[in-house]
Formats: sequence, C-alpha cells, structure tokens
Amino acid sequence: MAPSTHPPTPERLPFLKVWQFLSASSWPWRVTIGYLFMMLVLPVTAMFLKASQLPLNDFWKIATSPIALSTYDVTFTTALISALFNGLFGTLIAWTLVRYDFPLKRIIEASVDLPFALPTSVAGLTLATVYSDNGWVGSFVAPFGIKIAFTRLGVAIAMLFISLPFVVRTVQPVLQEMESDIEEAAWCLGASPWQTFWHVVLPPLFPAISTGVALGFSRAVGEYGSTVIVASNTPFKDLIAPVLIFQRLEQYDYVGATVIGVVLLMISLVILLTINVLQAWGRRYS
Amino acid sequence: MKKTTAPLKKSWVPTIFIGITLLYLSLIVYIPAFNVFAQAFRKGAGPFFENMTHPVFLDAVRLTVLLALIAVPINIVFGLCAAWAIARHKFPGRAFLLSVLDLPFSISPVVAGLMLVLLYGRNGWFGSALEAVNIKVIFAFPGMLLASMFVSMPFVAREVIPILEETGADQEEAAKTLGASEWQTFWHITLPNIRFGLLYGVILTNARVMGEFGAVSVVSGNITRRTQTLSLYVEDTYREYLTEAAYSAAVLLACLAVVTLVVKEIVERRTHQDG
Repeated sequence: MAPSTHPPTPERLPFLKVWQFLSASSWPWRVTIGYLFMMLVLPVTAMFLKASQLPLNDFWKIATSPIALSTYDVTFTTALISALFNGLFGTLIAWTLVRYDFPLKRIIEASVDLPFALPTSVAGLTLATVYSDNGWVGSFVAPFGIKIAFTRLGVAIAMLFISLPFVVRTVQPVLQEMESDIEEAAWCLGASPWQTFWHVVLPPLFPAISTGVALGFSRAVGEYGSTVIVASNTPFKDLIAPVLIFQRLEQYDYVGATVIGVVLLMISLVILLTINVLQAWGRRYS
Repeated sequence: MKKTTAPLKKSWVPTIFIGITLLYLSLIVYIPAFNVFAQAFRKGAGPFFENMTHPVFLDAVRLTVLLALIAVPINIVFGLCAAWAIARHKFPGRAFLLSVLDLPFSISPVVAGLMLVLLYGRNGWFGSALEAVNIKVIFAFPGMLLASMFVSMPFVAREVIPILEETGADQEEAAKTLGASEWQTFWHITLPNIRFGLLYGVILTNARVMGEFGAVSVVSGNITRRTQTLSLYVEDTYREYLTEAAYSAAVLLACLAVVTLVVKEIVERRTHQDG
C-alpha cells in the first residue's frame, strides 16, 4: 500500500495500532487474537450486520411481536425468579458447607458442581421424568393439581438445576474467609442472632450473593438443552426465547431468528457488564 | 477451631440448615441424578448393554469422541496462549480482553449456533465461497466442530490464568537468563507449575464438548448416524419414545460428569498440598 500523506484518522488509529502490535508480537499473541477474531468477533459481527440490514421499524416489529414478548416474559421472569430462589438456598447451602460438619460432607460438597458437569440434555431428560405426573417427585404434587414437567414450572426447575452451582461457588469462598470472630464479638456486645446476621454477616456476603445470582441468571437465560426437553414449548405458555430462535431457524426464517438472537445477545452483554461491576464491588470488601 | 458459631447456640439451627440443604439438593440434584441410573437399568443390565451396541448409538459415540479429539487440543493451544498473553502482560484493555474471553459462557448456545449459520450457512457470508469449493459446514461435521470449540473456548485459559498470576514470572525469567529457550522454559518451568489447573481446564473442556447440546443442535441438523452426537441422541430417542435408549446414552454422559467431578476433587486436593 502506498504510504498515505494524511495522518491516520482517529477511527483508523485503533486498527493501525492492533496491526502494528500484532506484527511486532510473539506467536502466542497472534494465536490468541486470531482465534478470538475468528471464533468471536466474526460471528458476532455477522449477526449484527445481518440485523442492521433490516429497517429499524421492522426490527422493532419483530423484536416486540406478541410471541417474542411472551418468550421474553417466560425466559427472563422465570430465570430471575429461579436465580433469586437459588440466591436464598445457595447461600444457605454454602453456609451449611462452610460452618457445619456432617457425614458424607465431602461428597455432598463435590456434588454441588454436578449441574455444571452434567450435559444439559441428560438434565432435561431426567428432570422431565422425575417431575412428570407419574414421576418420583411429580406424583407427589399431581394430586393437588400441580403439574411441573411440560409447564412453566418445569422450565423453572430446569433453571434452578443449572444455576445452583453458580451461587454456592461464589458465596462459599467469601464465607470461608470470613472470621467467626466478628460474629462472636457482635454477640458479646449483645446483638441478637438476627441482628448479627443482618448487620454483621450479610453485608460482606451481599456482593458475592449478587454476583452468584447474576451468573446464575445469565446461565438460565441462555439455557436451551434442559429447558427444551422439560417444557412443552407451547407458544404463550412455556416457550422460551432460545427455543423460539431454534424454531425460526427450522422454518428458514433467518431474519426472525437473527432479531431475537440480537435481543438475547444484547441482554447477555448487559448482564456480563453487571457481573463485572458486581465483582469489582465485591473486591472492595476483601 | 470451634465448631459452634457463637450467636447461634449449639442448638437446632445446624440441624435445620443441614436438613434444608439435603432436602433442596435431593429435589434438584440427587433424585434426578439417581433417576438416570435407575431408569437405564430398570429392566436389568441386559437391555442396557443391548442399547449400547446399537449401531446408531455407536455412531453417536464415535462422532462425540471425534469431536472431542479435535476440539479439545485446539482449545488447549488457544487457552495456553491466551492465558500466557493475559497473565504475563500488563496492557490497556486487559480487563476488557478477559471479559471478551468469557463471552462464550454468557452467549446462549442457540445464539452461538445461529451466528455460525449466519456465517457459514448457504445464505451466510462465506456460504457461496464454501459452496464453490464444495465444503459443507452447516449440517455437517465442520459446523459441529466450530460450535463445540466456541462453547468450550474459555475453560483452559480461565483455569490457568490465576495460577500463572500467582506463581509470577520470576522462575521463567531466571530460566531465560540462564540461557533456556522459550520452548525449554515453557516445558520445564511453566508447564509443571500450571499442570493441575491445566488438567482441570482440559477435563472441563472435554466435558463441555462431549455434552454440548444447544449450539451443536442448531448447526447439526441432527441427521441420524451422520451428525448425531450422544447428547443429540438422548433428545432424539426421548422424542421417539425410546426412553430406554435415551437413558442408556444418558448414563454414559452422567459417568463422564462424575469423572469430571472426581478429577476436580483430586486437582483441588493436590493444589492444597502444593500450596
């Protein structure tokens, strides 16, 4: 290329810098940047460009169509409730694992990661069986007219399953580092157990719990494998956004799939940003 | 260390907490996990092994192993490069790069698959170019490979970065001063330091590749005997009411998960001993 007589424009400068940097750097850098470019930057750009070919009006119309809105409701509301539920029980489990001794503790502690390691299709399969009307757990609640599998409740159970390790594993290390001295001090100074918990234990834990809930929420929002099997995937009932994308693709409606995909991706990015902010907040305590 | 927490007298509180923990974990994790094995062996071991030798099942196993054999080494190389680049350098945008590295965990697997379709599908960016050279990516093995690589990309780097940061660069610099080549430094100094973290990262990568469902499902087309992994086989047989076949494959995948957790335990114990 002929050397340009103009100074590089500000928006070209970053690219130039990246190029200069890459040509001067060692090969691990080139592998890292090259792989990230091919695997992440290129696909994300392709999706955004595909969406940007659509007039904003049409994009908005598809993104807020009644069926899309109902899938957002099922996906995000259910994921939020599940994540918050796990915020409560995950913290309780972390507390129990850190503070108390009981038989088989090591195995129980290790098993918390099982939802993380178990392939999602297996999770969906077994949850659909266990929570169906004649399953081990489902048959207990069926006489009360409660159906779990193949309803929105089933989606919630699948989301509870997959987001549980995130809360426990974020809260546990913070609890481990917390000295029980402070609690004893609070108690000696006359605080009730409830006051001790509320004013002494909870504040330093709160950033970790929020981070765990956000991580769990993020995972639950994107989940596909377990939820698609445990739900009936009926529109306006228990159809989640990832399944809608899948159905659009099956109908060769690439535009429709892309629009919902962009909405989901943007929300994932916002959650990722939130998690980073929460983690920075948590570091202030340590 | 005292076992009781002072404000909560040695009373019924621990019992209730342990009780709730066990009940919650049973409902969400243990009963479903146990159910996998109970269903698979409901009619004894005979039908189970019969399902295991079914040609469709064997094809799914073969494809799953082949995916892992290719995707895992590629992600090991990338993970080590990225970990070294991020942990051994201070540069503007380092935190940003770390977040970018985490993206595959945040992006829904279905969206990941969709992006691959938009890139490599028939109407995608590279669609016509690929068609010209007669390479099929979507609804074929290369697409499934890309999807598996995508979803399991961050594991190795994420496990290795903290260890590299903790050990520092002193030993490596010393080795270099003494005349070791970069490769020798990596092989004799860095690798032994990070071996446990790397092992766990590899195990996680492998588990994710072998178990991935969403992303692979989008790009595979789920063609029986050709683009069907074990995870897809589970869903497919379940939808066709071949519940026993589904559970036979599920047992295999559940064992993989158990192995993953056991390796994690071992790695954690070893790192505690070292540290």
